[in-house]
Amino acid sequence: MSEPNHFRRLMLLWILASVIATPLVVVLLGPLLSPGTGSVQASGHQTDTTVLAGVATPVLLLVVLYLAYAVTFFRQEPGGVLEGPAIRSDARVQTWWIVITSTLVLALAAFGTVELVGDGAGAGEGPNPAFVPSGKKLQVQVIAQEWAFTYRYPSYGGIETPHLVIPVDTTIEFHVTSLDVIHSFWAYQLGVKADANPQVDNVAFVKPTKEESFSIRCSELCGIWHGYMFDTGHVVSPAAFQAWIKQQQAVFAPVVHDLPPYATTYAPEPSGRGS
Amino acid sequence: MSTSAASVAVPQQPLWRRLIGFNLLTAVLLGIGGYYLGWFLGHQVTGASYYYQPEVDESDVSLLLAYVLGVVGFLAGLGFLNYPAARLLGRPPSLREKEGHGWTRYLGLCTDHKVVGIQYLLGIGFFLFIAALNAMLIRVELLNPTPTFVGPNQYLSLVGMHGTMMMGMMTSGILGPFANYFVPLMIGARRMAFPRIEALTFWLLMAAGFILTSTIFFGGFPTGWTGYEPLNDQAVMGMDSYIIFFALVGVSMALLGLNMIATIVTMRAPGLTWSRLPIFCWSVIATSALMVLAAPTLIATLLMAAFDRTISTSFFVTAGGGSSYLFENLFWFFGHPEVYVLALPGFGIVLELLPVFVRKPLWGYRLAVAGMLGVSLLSFFVWQHHLFVSGINADLKPFYILSTEIISVPTGFIFLCVMGTLWKGKATFTVPMLFCLAWAFNFLVGGMSGVVLSDAPTDTDLHGSFFVMAHFHYTIVGGLIFAFFGAIYYWVPKMTGLRFNARLAKIHFWTMFIFFNTTFMPLFILGIKGMPRRVVTYATDLVPLNRWVSINAFLLGASMLVFIANAVYSLVLVRRPSEANPWRSKSLEWQTPTPVPVNNFETIPVIDSDPYDYGIPVGGHTGEPVPAGG
Repeated sequence: MSEPNHFRRLMLLWILASVIATPLVVVLLGPLLSPGTGSVQASGHQTDTTVLAGVATPVLLLVVLYLAYAVTFFRQEPGGVLEGPAIRSDARVQTWWIVITSTLVLALAAFGTVELVGDGAGAGEGPNPAFVPSGKKLQVQVIAQEWAFTYRYPSYGGIETPHLVIPVDTTIEFHVTSLDVIHSFWAYQLGVKADANPQVDNVAFVKPTKEESFSIRCSELCGIWHGYMFDTGHVVSPAAFQAWIKQQQAVFAPVVHDLPPYATTYAPEPSGRGS
Repeated sequence: MSTSAASVAVPQQPLWRRLIGFNLLTAVLLGIGGYYLGWFLGHQVTGASYYYQPEVDESDVSLLLAYVLGVVGFLAGLGFLNYPAARLLGRPPSLREKEGHGWTRYLGLCTDHKVVGIQYLLGIGFFLFIAALNAMLIRVELLNPTPTFVGPNQYLSLVGMHGTMMMGMMTSGILGPFANYFVPLMIGARRMAFPRIEALTFWLLMAAGFILTSTIFFGGFPTGWTGYEPLNDQAVMGMDSYIIFFALVGVSMALLGLNMIATIVTMRAPGLTWSRLPIFCWSVIATSALMVLAAPTLIATLLMAAFDRTISTSFFVTAGGGSSYLFENLFWFFGHPEVYVLALPGFGIVLELLPVFVRKPLWGYRLAVAGMLGVSLLSFFVWQHHLFVSGINADLKPFYILSTEIISVPTGFIFLCVMGTLWKGKATFTVPMLFCLAWAFNFLVGGMSGVVLSDAPTDTDLHGSFFVMAHFHYTIVGGLIFAFFGAIYYWVPKMTGLRFNARLAKIHFWTMFIFFNTTFMPLFILGIKGMPRRVVTYATDLVPLNRWVSINAFLLGASMLVFIANAVYSLVLVRRPSEANPWRSKSLEWQTPTPVPVNNFETIPVIDSDPYDYGIPVGGHTGEPVPAGG
């Protein structure tokens, strides 16, 4: 009995499986792997996730098929005393493996970087953002505290409201900060996440493209009611936004003068530490 | 070096007489004494009232002092101070630590590396069980989307206990039991380089484990295993248990790593060159380097946190001019190497075991070594990927994307070596072999999901979600714990001279592998659907998936009971002796008699090849099966 050409069989199997599975993953699974297309940033994440899933599929298949193949063919009966071939290495295989894996990860790193530098990818970038989308921006401050989010609109008299409403097709410049411990502002459908650190102004950009509601959750453990720190925000038409903000200004006008003047961070008094 | 004292029979004394002296009973009593002394001194120093006031800094002073003096008393009771005290007084040092016989030597200070290895296995196994029980309770709570079983406070305590205990105790999960026991045997040494330090690392870890468990008496801690500031500063006294626990674990880790490196560098038998060193020992070196370099950062960070909590310094408290970023940076500078401390020993176990079961030499030895050392080195350059959305150093994100992606290249080396070793092998699917294959699958899923997290744009969605949780459970449970059980089934027959029941072992493997995947695979989906970590409430549309996960988690827990049943049945009740070398391994540890004599080797062996001398020369390979030795 002559030994079959395992390498060729495996390669054929792998190429066949990859050719079938990769497009399926990209077309069917890709869109399910991210929060959707509610903003330019979220759509960017979806592209990114789809590419990663597409690249990962053949790699996963290679190893899994190899393991399955090895388990099926490279075996002997329990208690057998056969010995395998004493192959200790193969310089060619090693070189190819190193070249291919290195190329792959460098390409992925480059791709991720390109996705990131355009608009910051919706992530918190600290007080001096390095990756800033172009165009006019609407500033919205997100103030986290144990255990709620409130929002200030500096371009509308600095009013503070417990509701987050933002206009569609406008770049929003979130300024996220905290009054006590570390929280994290996560607007799921928008693809935005930025930690709220005490005394830090953490800026994140997003340009919503759909009029929809989005869920907000705290994604950094912040104490006993962390699990209850959620909220729903709304993306509305610019006209509806103007109407809403006017109404909010009217509602909260009586308390505006009690608020501290708008600032990027706040130091609550007393400090909250034990005497 | 004379160790002949070990073979001298100890005259039997009455039981009451044996209870007096340096032993576990004395240790517990002195530990309790030290604890109350510290508690008393703390109140004297701060002038605080003795009423229970969990939220004031003065209570933290008392509790921290109580823990520290308790640990000192505990170690003194075990006899750890006898040697330094004797040397200080100019007396000849006692060598008694090695003398014990019978099962009582497992209950005290013993410097025999084989005793310490078994102590570690039992001690770590105990805390693994406690931490796994916490996970079960967490999953009971998550059966429903609102708190029904424990309140949010107890829930956070459970989450914190589970994570901290697992991360802390399992850092030594493989190095403690298996490296301590087998590294000297594999390198042809009679002992570890520093036997007393070896025993100390174990007893420190046990003291730490009980201190962490005691947090339930002080209100628990709300921060999870990361202990982020300023929540840490805000928390009640239970947080002090976390601080002392992790600091002691840090000391234990650093000493363990130091001892391992010293042993492997200086005590190899003649002829055991670096290129003949068993690959498991290389993984121990790579892990130990991380332990020695990363643990001190943790200890220093926790010391600063303790000062913030007690004497109102402001290293991490913004209200006093500190920075919560500083804590995150320091913590993850330790924390990322820490997760590779958990992963690397698994690489070593799998590559060490595979050649035995496929009857082939390890494929790509040098590549495997390069892979381990590469992972070890690179793991110090990736920590800020944990902080991609924190707002820190946003302009450095491309660097951390790159460094994190690159770490998959040396990890890929390990996979190539696994695949190369399997190539045309003659595998028999014993239970340890099955665990190695399962490792390959699990770690592949864990690693590939890590690539998605290393990409800053996609990490924006997934950071802090259940996706991350699924990812690191695939690498740590799927990687470390599967390798840990593989090592148990492979080596415990050597450690005890007894064999496991094969049928129960297979049931354990298959239930564990299946239910592990059915538990943790859906967590990726939960993360993608937007469920944050460490929440006691979740969206109602996630109820079915969460219930599925909980039920499978209970089944995974049940598979652990199969293991415990097998261990009790095979090693305690039935006690069928194992063959001398049931796997026909050519590694040095299997060439020693069972039980291994106190001095391991009568004459130090001379090594003339690596331990992977399996298989038939390729030139003579015709494709026909050739019996062993042919």
